[in-house]
Amino acid sequence: MTVSVRVPTILRTYTGGNAIVSAEPGTVREVIEGLNAQFPGIGGRLLDDAGQLRRFVNVYVDEEDVRLAQGLDTPVAAGAQVSVIPAVAGG
Amino acid sequence: MTGANSGPRQVAAGQMRREASPVSTATIEVPSRFGNATHLSCRECGHTCALGSQHACAECFGPLEVAYSLPPISRKSIEAGPLNIWRYASLLPVPADVAATPNLEPGWTKLSRAAELARALGMRELWIKDERGNPTHSFKDRVVAVALAAARELGFTVLACPSTGNLANAVAAAAARAGIRSVVLIPADLEPQKIIGTAVFGGTLVLVRGNYDDVNRLASELADEREDWAFVNVNVRPYYAEGSKTIGFEIAEQLGWRLPEQIVVPVASGAQLVKIDKGFRELIATGLVPDSGYRVFGAQASGCAPVATAFRNGQDVVQPVRPATIAKSLAIGNPADGPYVLDVVRRTGGVVADVSDEELADAIRLLAGTEGIWAETAGGVTLAVLRKLLAAGQIDPDLPTVIINSGEGLKTPDAAAAAFPVPAAIPGTLAAFEELESSLRPALRKVGTA
Repeated sequence: MTVSVRVPTILRTYTGGNAIVSAEPGTVREVIEGLNAQFPGIGGRLLDDAGQLRRFVNVYVDEEDVRLAQGLDTPVAAGAQVSVIPAVAGG
Repeated sequence: MTGANSGPRQVAAGQMRREASPVSTATIEVPSRFGNATHLSCRECGHTCALGSQHACAECFGPLEVAYSLPPISRKSIEAGPLNIWRYASLLPVPADVAATPNLEPGWTKLSRAAELARALGMRELWIKDERGNPTHSFKDRVVAVALAAARELGFTVLACPSTGNLANAVAAAAARAGIRSVVLIPADLEPQKIIGTAVFGGTLVLVRGNYDDVNRLASELADEREDWAFVNVNVRPYYAEGSKTIGFEIAEQLGWRLPEQIVVPVASGAQLVKIDKGFRELIATGLVPDSGYRVFGAQASGCAPVATAFRNGQDVVQPVRPATIAKSLAIGNPADGPYVLDVVRRTGGVVADVSDEELADAIRLLAGTEGIWAETAGGVTLAVLRKLLAAGQIDPDLPTVIINSGEGLKTPDAAAAAFPVPAAIPGTLAAFEELESSLRPALRKVGTA
């Protein structure tokens, strides 16, 4: 069983316009590596040169913001839903 | 209808040009529908793109900001403008005729000299920028008015937002005035006053189980799916955020075209603080005020203080938190502008500090008891931080200082109610009154000066 990843509009040029794509379970880092293998270049939009999550990228595993969990080491179980969202906030 | 990632309505501008001069059109300058704004620029990597409805940089996800090519602007031309934010239209991404379209005409709120409060705090010159004077009683009317103007130009048909309450009120009211549909998403546990204060304007109100960050996430996902919805603080955020500059513009003009030496601003997403600073810098750049130097201070509630924590620890990255404070309008655990707040505060020599719910409630009482101003919890946080930094010697009591009261106490009565239990009723007799009076005598001393 795979995990589903929700991709924001600005990254859909990499996914052929698809909003939802599939990846293999693992950690968040492994899911991103898997995405980059399928859609070359997408990983560089999510991670900086040091391999860390870019400052304005939020990643959720199901309901959880990974920065409130174990960051890129957060486990992503089979069947989980991952969502990638540009960081914005209002009030 | 144009949708996400579309540009401004070039076609309409071209049509205007052809109608104006059917014979020779090549050299005629058409006024931009975004005023003196020229493009969007990424604050992280500097990548630029055309004025449109994108809000995140396609290169690095960084936030986009409106850039301008500003002509000479005189104090006189601003002073001749309307008594609302549109007097600064030349410094905003809006068409020159923006004041003529239906809107709530926010801004030009009072800047009150707080002499009694200053005396209580041992300060020489203290001012309160009192944002209760806006149409829905908070500064959010400013940002929404600019977002509405942009939404019109970009062809959106629905005005929407995720909100901690004040923005919900402002969006629903502005949409009602403009005759368009609103969709407002709020955490289900908001103060009843803010829920009713949104519902009364009509539109669609959605209560979401969870905190603001959960609501914000839903809105971000929706903004990708509903191409004709302008989420004011998501997909038209670059324009929306510019509205907060008008707080800074007004403060400078109301002080007689000078900047305060110290300013204390509440921090939720951080955008207000960052944009007040941007406004100050634009006034200096255009020669409207002298560059006299100023320090910016940020105020958070301890129950949601990710930016204050990062400041204290010397970090550039803001680690998200789960909010737990009565200051719900500041309860954003993952503030997108947090890193820029740190930049501004460190650049100007200020501080970001936080205060407990007890300290903020006490500050609400102090402000009410000295100035007759009932602030929302966010205003209480701001005053309490001023007090704390005065005590710590980090704010100079002798320098001109402005604090922002961003909202209305009537919207968050519970914060004050805890400190002011409803008194017991008495019989309507002189004897009963005199008995009560004698029992209250110690409490009749001037409040708030302890």
